[in-house]
Amino acid sequence: MKLTVNGQPAQFDVDPEMPLLWALRDVLGLMGTKFGCGIAQCGACTVMVDGMPRRSCVTPVGSLEDASITTIEGLAVGDRPHPVQQAWIDEQVPQCGYCQAGQIMSAVALLEENPEPSEEEIARAMTGNYCRCGTYPAIRAAILRASGQETGPPAANASERTIDRG
Amino acid sequence: MGKLGTITRRTLLVGTAAIGAGVAFVAWRVNQPLENPFRGNPDSGDTALNPFVLIAEDGTVTIVVPRAEMGQGVTTTLAALVAEELDVGLSDIAVIHGPASSAYYNAALITSAMPVEPWDDGMMADGFRQFAGIVGKVMGMQLTGGSTSTRDAFDRMRIAGACARETLKATAAEVWNVDRSTLQTRNGSVIDPSGPRSVRYAELASAAALREPITDIEPRDPSEWTILGRSQHRVDVPAKVRGAPIFGVDMAFDEMLYGTVAMGPLPGVKAKKADRNAALAIPGVRAVVPLSSVYGEGFGVIADNTWTAFKAREALAIEWESEESYGETELNAAFDEAFDAGGGDVHRDDGDVDSIFSEAAEDDILAADYAVPLLAHATMEPMNATARLKDGKLDIWCGNQAPTLVRRFCAEGLGLDEEDCRVHTMMLGGGFGRRAEFDFALYAAQMAERTDGIPVKVTWCREEDTRHDLYRPPARARCRARLDGDGAIAALDMQLASPSILGSLMGRMGMSAFGQDATMSEGAGNQPYRLENFRVSTPEIDLPLNVGFWRSVGNSNNAFFMECFLDEIARSADRDPLELRLSLLDGFEPAKAVLRKVGEMANWQGGSVGPNRAQGLAFCFSFNTSVAQIVEVSRDDDERISIDKVWCAADCGLVLDPAIVRAQLSGGIVFGLSSAMMQEITLKDGAVEQGNFDTYPMMRYHQCPSIEVSLSRRQTFMGGVGEPGTPPAAPALANAVAALTGERVRTLPLNKAVTFA
Ligand code: FES
Ligand code: FES
Repeated sequence: MKLTVNGQPAQFDVDPEMPLLWALRDVLGLMGTKFGCGIAQCGACTVMVDGMPRRSCVTPVGSLEDASITTIEGLAVGDRPHPVQQAWIDEQVPQCGYCQAGQIMSAVALLEENPEPSEEEIARAMTGNYCRCGTYPAIRAAILRASGQETGPPAANASERTIDRG
Repeated sequence: MGKLGTITRRTLLVGTAAIGAGVAFVAWRVNQPLENPFRGNPDSGDTALNPFVLIAEDGTVTIVVPRAEMGQGVTTTLAALVAEELDVGLSDIAVIHGPASSAYYNAALITSAMPVEPWDDGMMADGFRQFAGIVGKVMGMQLTGGSTSTRDAFDRMRIAGACARETLKATAAEVWNVDRSTLQTRNGSVIDPSGPRSVRYAELASAAALREPITDIEPRDPSEWTILGRSQHRVDVPAKVRGAPIFGVDMAFDEMLYGTVAMGPLPGVKAKKADRNAALAIPGVRAVVPLSSVYGEGFGVIADNTWTAFKAREALAIEWESEESYGETELNAAFDEAFDAGGGDVHRDDGDVDSIFSEAAEDDILAADYAVPLLAHATMEPMNATARLKDGKLDIWCGNQAPTLVRRFCAEGLGLDEEDCRVHTMMLGGGFGRRAEFDFALYAAQMAERTDGIPVKVTWCREEDTRHDLYRPPARARCRARLDGDGAIAALDMQLASPSILGSLMGRMGMSAFGQDATMSEGAGNQPYRLENFRVSTPEIDLPLNVGFWRSVGNSNNAFFMECFLDEIARSADRDPLELRLSLLDGFEPAKAVLRKVGEMANWQGGSVGPNRAQGLAFCFSFNTSVAQIVEVSRDDDERISIDKVWCAADCGLVLDPAIVRAQLSGGIVFGLSSAMMQEITLKDGAVEQGNFDTYPMMRYHQCPSIEVSLSRRQTFMGGVGEPGTPPAAPALANAVAALTGERVRTLPLNKAVTFA
């Protein structure tokens, strides 16, 4: 089995039926891509295959000969986070964080295809990604920020004092 | 918040210990009274240990937190408490979960200085609060009751930081031969303005470790704060955005094995037939081992990777000796029987409910029955643990909310001494109460007995996770109110039937339950509503299934009953639901204030907002926090309902980090709305019917309303924030749907009666 993962050639010998998710995690040791359901319901396992978002839990590696895979680990350039990751930091999106690699991959795929998505387009692209912690409003804000459509002060602003002292 | 003046009255023991060339500051205190405005003043009596502030010789400041990070931002806030006093930046502090670091492990000095082990204090699982004291005493564990964990850390973390700061100053003062009081601290250095000169903490650490620590120090007044009270960048966010391997499920070793489990449908049900050969015939499958615990019987599969283990699990094609044919009919019968028999613990009995009802005309009585289903936690990270048994020592790596339980029962399960079992707490991909149990760790430990010292990572598939949860109990309410001619409530009687979480938990721990289970009535019986005649009783039902702590515990069902019924009372008495609640809350200003506030935010007009649009209101005081919410819904041409907006006004007293508090309340709202809209676990033929997310879904992005949270601060005590967002969400939604459609839905989930977009 030969493919490219985050720009590096990867070669391994597994059952071609093995889903890409488990090849990434258990064979290549890339733990950023997460298992949530295994049936393409939750999006936790989202990666990009040749630039398109894919649920790696239902994608057999055998179907990926010579494909180019990007996982969450492949987004940052050195120490510099990808702009979508930076927007996620600015908006302080994660709670438990487990779903967030999948969320970020879906958002990156969306913005590569459509740099200034409308609210509706965002909803369509993100609706396959579950977040049990309920960070959807923060995800929305981060996507708007990453696409330059939101420029106000981010969620965690140290000067913020907005408590009604009554 | 705790009154600062009370700190000095408590017994405070503070010590230092050398670690390498660094220093550890240790602070704890004994016997702290619990403040709860509605429950008298019980004494929690817990010995609260921790924290440790470690300053290494390279200057790194590390704090050891006894609580698990499951997304609630606790590591950030606890670090901020220390940073505020120690005058270091939040980004300069590393936070570790209990004994995960080897530096810490080697600090035998610290451990031996303690009456019990430091990570014992980790038993602060949200759901445990109500009877944490009881269980804690019985089991000799460190539990912190009620929302005092925040307050507890609030004082202790700051004191630890202040002691460290003053001791470092004293060390510098001695070197420079000046008075300590003339020195200042900033950015990790002690500064002598008269010099001017300065010295880094790192350079003082080893000398500081040798001196008697300065302990007569009060934490700073909030007016001096520069970090606390302001939203901080969370310390756990960068790793989570990078996809760093921080969760239990990410544990990896050069040489390791992988596994999964296949457990029986109900506790105690054994396998009648399992095709082990078929499983073992799959290339890469190493072993099929029997598993047994108080949670259930079944098998573990050990393989070369997780996917192969999942395949082998299916190949086992297990037939269970299911004598139990329990299903919805049996559940209904159990509830009917409980209501018919009446009785149960009486949690509140104000006035004389019976005589008020006996004198009432039929027309003056409003009665309604409500029902909510079993619910699963559905943490996004399925249950998992990694275990290694080598040279008689067991190591367990997992996200957990209760490390002492994990250690105790895994050691017991393998016949080891507790000292030979080490628990390494990883980040939790969601907890919500589920990871306060120990089943996932015990199975991994049992499987590690078969792997010759090689670590085995055992990951449950989603179906296994959904079908072997410790569920939010199913609950039903039988409510009656007698209304006066002028629309006042003359008497309110609520029978709240459910299985007891305390009973189920104690059963799992091999103990018999005792006393009332407060979770059976919390959210109704303990509310600040004042009614002259008000009774809440809790008939109990049996269930052949384990129940446990689910975000906000009993409040999640009882607030639904209470707040829906109040809404029905208001409608039938022709009163505004907000005004009705205000009239019942006399004497507790913070609750009235959040209700008024949320009314203002939503421009509340009693519920109607024109055609095809309506609002619903609910309130709940839980975990010492007052929360009022208004949900706005609308209906499209196809009668599909959207949840467009939620306004939330909350008062948890002092807010240490507004952004974290807002995020927690907002997340709690989504959690509550998900359950109200679409979630239910049902039983058929003695097994849970739902398996994966296709049958147990949750709210998706496009269904999520915009959420506006306002925080006020009238409460003089601090409350929790991880759970209180959840209870009002379901009743506020149900009340909004009733206002929209004119029809009251009294059974959850609502999607059995209406369609959501
Ligand atoms: S794990 Fe692939 S979509 Fe859930
Ligand atoms: S942040 Fe926890 S599941 Fe999304």
